[in-house]
Amino acid sequence: MDLTTLSAAELQAGFRAGQFTPVDAITALEKRIEAVEPQVQAFLSRDFEAAKKAAETADISLPLGGVPIGIKDVINVKGESCTAASKILTGYTSPYDATVITKLRAAGAIPFGRLNMDEFAMGSSTENSAYQVTRNPWDTSRIPGGSSGGSAAAVAALEVPATLGSDTGGSIRQPAALCGCVGLKPSYGRVSRYGLIAFASSLDQIGPFARTTKDCALLLNAIAGRDPRDSTSLDLPAEDFTSQLGSDLKGVKLGIPKEYFVDGMDARVRAKVEEAIRQCESAGAELVEISLPHTEYAVSVYYIIATAEASANLARFDGVRYGKRADQPKDLMDLYLRSREEGFGSEVKRRIILGTYVLSSGYYDAYYLRAQKVRTLIRRDFGAAYEKVDAIVCPTSPDLAFPIGERTSDPLRMYLADIFTIAANLAGICGISVPCGFVEEGGKQLPVGLQFLGKPLDDARLLGVADAYERLSGWNKQVAPLK
Amino acid sequence: MSSPDLNVRKVATLARLALSDEEVATFQDQLGRILEHIEHLKKLDVSDVEPTAHTYPVFNVTRDDVPGESLPREAFLGIAPRSANNLLIVPKVLE
Repeated sequence: MDLTTLSAAELQAGFRAGQFTPVDAITALEKRIEAVEPQVQAFLSRDFEAAKKAAETADISLPLGGVPIGIKDVINVKGESCTAASKILTGYTSPYDATVITKLRAAGAIPFGRLNMDEFAMGSSTENSAYQVTRNPWDTSRIPGGSSGGSAAAVAALEVPATLGSDTGGSIRQPAALCGCVGLKPSYGRVSRYGLIAFASSLDQIGPFARTTKDCALLLNAIAGRDPRDSTSLDLPAEDFTSQLGSDLKGVKLGIPKEYFVDGMDARVRAKVEEAIRQCESAGAELVEISLPHTEYAVSVYYIIATAEASANLARFDGVRYGKRADQPKDLMDLYLRSREEGFGSEVKRRIILGTYVLSSGYYDAYYLRAQKVRTLIRRDFGAAYEKVDAIVCPTSPDLAFPIGERTSDPLRMYLADIFTIAANLAGICGISVPCGFVEEGGKQLPVGLQFLGKPLDDARLLGVADAYERLSGWNKQVAPLK
Repeated sequence: MSSPDLNVRKVATLARLALSDEEVATFQDQLGRILEHIEHLKKLDVSDVEPTAHTYPVFNVTRDDVPGESLPREAFLGIAPRSANNLLIVPKVLE
């Protein structure tokens, strides 16, 4: 049996049935990673020996006992590097575990490897990594999406059954769509961000990638919950996020936002998404046309709020306490200016400048405050929609994975492609992307993602709806043609 | 395309970020186009709308005032670019 093709749940079942051991699983992944990683380059680092050692003592009676989980390089794991794919953190070693890592360990999982990403999670293609370019397993001349591109590509390339990423404006759902795997952004407040390198604190949320919705639910079970170390994590009754898996779509009201089906998106993507929606309807879902009238403002609101928060969050990288320090600073100001100049890449600098500008004296009301007010209008749009529907269904990305290098000089074009994922972060709702078909381009099959958006804190139902579609369609079973 | 109000060099200094002349020119152009795009927000009447800072407004979150375990000082000094005598070392601040 090829253990690399198994989901986290299947691995667990096999461990418990005594068919194979966690060490066998790591050994199989090692072989797979050595074969395909030169083509994919999802990992910034990995330590097979440490993983095998953890596997030897894994408690397989725990919910994720013995299952290796890849970690985006923005989440602290004690004793490992954590660079956020930035040069400013070259050489940094985490002195502590993020809360999600503590929780994964408590569930028996083995945090494994550091996954590539856009620097500080800023980007939609993983091309902004200071270290390497990760490639889409379906066509290695194309981007895997971003910012959690390594987390998506590693799952799609069968290098690891599941991974963690972070989603500030689509950074889990968009790469999941472009790589043909499942990616969940939990509702804001579900998961502690303690130990996540902050990008935009009112938007950031950690979430899982896997090849099945069920695995995403299992991972959310492990990582969700109130944490005294993150005051935005909500104190809610314990919930089993697998509780609605296995249900069907009969009578489920699915909202179709008319603003999400407009000109400008790839017609082939649109056709696949519409086909998937018809399939949901045939299975008994009731389709309801809805309107999210402030959709056209979401990208602008996002790039004001996210950059403003980032400019404050990234002030901590000052060359004093950790990370890179410029050589021979002549005074403290020179130390700050040059450490940051030398440490940050272009996209990060661009966003720090935009964020500083929109917060600066004389411009705060015109940009930042106004954006926060329009954010309220966007939230209200969703509130009104959810009075009529159980979940919203729409595309994840307007485009297929594009060729590496195609858009690096045009940030505005790159930003505008985030249109379908951004609003979920602004509204604090939950969202998931599941594979819904493939489009052939240049002789390669490129995945298309279907996005379901759930009510705030309705993560269990969202997972139930996504799981029902996944079982109907089976697109998640397709495997990237890597040699 | 260039926004008349945006002085990239000045804003970069506020952000404690040195930039090359080339970066200043590139950002001036790219950010000018982005600022031009976001102008459309001004079309909306938001005079009666409350701003959203967080989607779930939670206030005054406190935890019990009980000492917990902290990381040892060495863990933090060990990751600093320069330290001595249990202190972080920076260039002289006061004359």
